[in-house]
Amino acid sequence: MSKRPDIPTTVPVTHDAPKLETARLREGPGAGAASRGVEYDREVQGDLRREPPVPTQRGGDPIATRPGDTGLTRTHEIEKSAYSVVAKQVSAWYGGDKPAIKDVSMTFEANRVTALIGPSGCGKSTFLRCLNRMHEETSGRARVEGEILLADQNIYGKGVDPVRVRRFIGMIFQKPNPFPMMSIYDNVVAGLKLNGMRRRADLDEIVERSLRGAALWNEVKDKLKASGASLSGGQQQRLCIARTIAVEPEVILMDEPCSALDPISTYKIEELIGELRTKYTVVIVTHNMQQASRVADYTAFMLAGDEGYGELVEYGETQQIFTNPRDKRTEDYITGRFG
Amino acid sequence: MTGLIGGSALVAVGILFIILGYIIYRGAPALNLAFFTERPAPLGQTGGGVLPAILGTLTMVGIGALIAIPVGVGAGIYLAEYGRGRFAEVVRFVADLLVGLPSIAIGAFVWAILVVRVVGGYNAFAGGVALAIIMVPIITRTVEEILKLVPNSLREASLALGTPRWKTILLVVLPVARGGILTGVILSLARAGGETAPLLLTALGNQFFFFRWSDPINTLQQPMAALPLQIYDYARSPYADSHTKAWGASLVLIIVIGILSIGVRLAVRRSNLQR
Ligand SMILES: Nc1ncnc2c1ncn2[C@@H]1O[C@H](COP(=O)(O)OP(=O)(O)OP(=O)(O)O)[C@@H](O)[C@H]1O
Ligand SMILES: [Mg+2]
Repeated sequence: MSKRPDIPTTVPVTHDAPKLETARLREGPGAGAASRGVEYDREVQGDLRREPPVPTQRGGDPIATRPGDTGLTRTHEIEKSAYSVVAKQVSAWYGGDKPAIKDVSMTFEANRVTALIGPSGCGKSTFLRCLNRMHEETSGRARVEGEILLADQNIYGKGVDPVRVRRFIGMIFQKPNPFPMMSIYDNVVAGLKLNGMRRRADLDEIVERSLRGAALWNEVKDKLKASGASLSGGQQQRLCIARTIAVEPEVILMDEPCSALDPISTYKIEELIGELRTKYTVVIVTHNMQQASRVADYTAFMLAGDEGYGELVEYGETQQIFTNPRDKRTEDYITGRFG
Repeated sequence: MTGLIGGSALVAVGILFIILGYIIYRGAPALNLAFFTERPAPLGQTGGGVLPAILGTLTMVGIGALIAIPVGVGAGIYLAEYGRGRFAEVVRFVADLLVGLPSIAIGAFVWAILVVRVVGGYNAFAGGVALAIIMVPIITRTVEEILKLVPNSLREASLALGTPRWKTILLVVLPVARGGILTGVILSLARAGGETAPLLLTALGNQFFFFRWSDPINTLQQPMAALPLQIYDYARSPYADSHTKAWGASLVLIIVIGILSIGVRLAVRRSNLQR
């Protein structure tokens, strides 16, 4: 069903394969990886359970040199190997017998941007929210079947704490949702403070790093005490991105992050997404096919079939999906014949 | 159309001001320092005050609040944030029934249990409990309604940052809803402060009694005065002077409730500034 794209393997690996830090999703005392400045428990595994993502070299990035690539600069060096996410036969229900999505299987490559496209109601948001266990928060009857592997661990496995999963897999929502009662500063560190990290000096540093990471620092550095709600929509959305990267996730999920924004704000966020992939694995739901072609390395097309539940129709490199779709339905959709 | 709506608003506000104005007009002549600092003179005699009634109202509303705020806020949070199953429906239904239950019935119930069986006589604690039973459903339903108004996107934002649900509620949802929750609490305080019927059957009232600060346990086991009871007593008496005092006590009750409301708001605002 899913056409999993080949990982570019032709790039020479120029340094020793790093030890893979495996996310520990279960509760327990942790090593406290000070290396990345955040006190979440991570356990360094001696043996490599999985090949690390291929490090990308400036100028040597096969994606940057893809023919016809009109995208943003893609020559950022990868600063941090993020985890890939593997979905296996994921189905989701909101209650009742009829699933909203059924048997979706695909791999989100590490340090790559993957776009989910498809007509309204095909289950993009549903699938996205399955990826960090937010789906089950929608109602008491919502449920998910299948496996989603983060660094080889099933986030739906027994004993896995969904709260912990979400620290590794962050989420940006369609409507910017900064905490209205908090200042810009407090918004950025909300995820850390809510979870008990309060050392002032560290927080100051994290705030600056995160706001720079979200390309917002220069605009707000003089008014960090102002309310988060006082920013423009686009700034609010970047504040939400800063808030998410402050907790140092591995994966960032975005559900139509630009749909409430003007073109310039949209451009800024798209540019930012290009930079985020140097540290994180990014999944973005979008209705805007130009946007998908601009920001995404890979694109997945979903569609709700006759039975009414969403399925994965085609998945491949963005370039291929938009120029040479293999499935007739994909072609119809991208050429605007339905949807 | 606008005129009609504006007219209704005017009537609503107007009635309030007419009542307030009339109570001030009738009650103000009764007010003097002694009215606030002395115990009541025997019926028919001039002078005296309503201090025991003021203290009694504060005490019993305080006991009621001490019980009702944690229970009511907790139940409201439960209904809004967790309440999905059959049990939540039952809680919601019972809360609605309680809101509509005549307060005299609540008083009778507390009388049957606390006055007759547990303490063996009219007592202040039973009065506080009766007021708590009146306050709980009011707080519960306002808190639930207010929490439902908090946009879900805020909860999701917090949850998606890897915050446990209880912390999300405590640190994100409740602060946003603070003003509304406060309104619910104040509403219930005001309602409880004005209740007469349940106190008649529980605290009974007490003309002579004064507070024994050194022995609060004993104090709570005795009958206790309260402003509504005092108003009732004065109003029933045949003396014109007592009638003036009834108006005066009504005015005092309004003032006490007003101060309580403002005090609660200020206290919460202050604690918020200190954060
Ligand atoms: N809270 C919900 N309760 C019940 N059904 C829902 C809920 N949310 C979505 N659905 C259903 O699940 C299906 C997929 O919805 P979903 O929101 O994932 O679509 P989508 O692809 O994100 O659409 P859009 O592009 O409009 O955002 C739809 O049929 C929708 O009716
Ligand atoms: Mg959607």
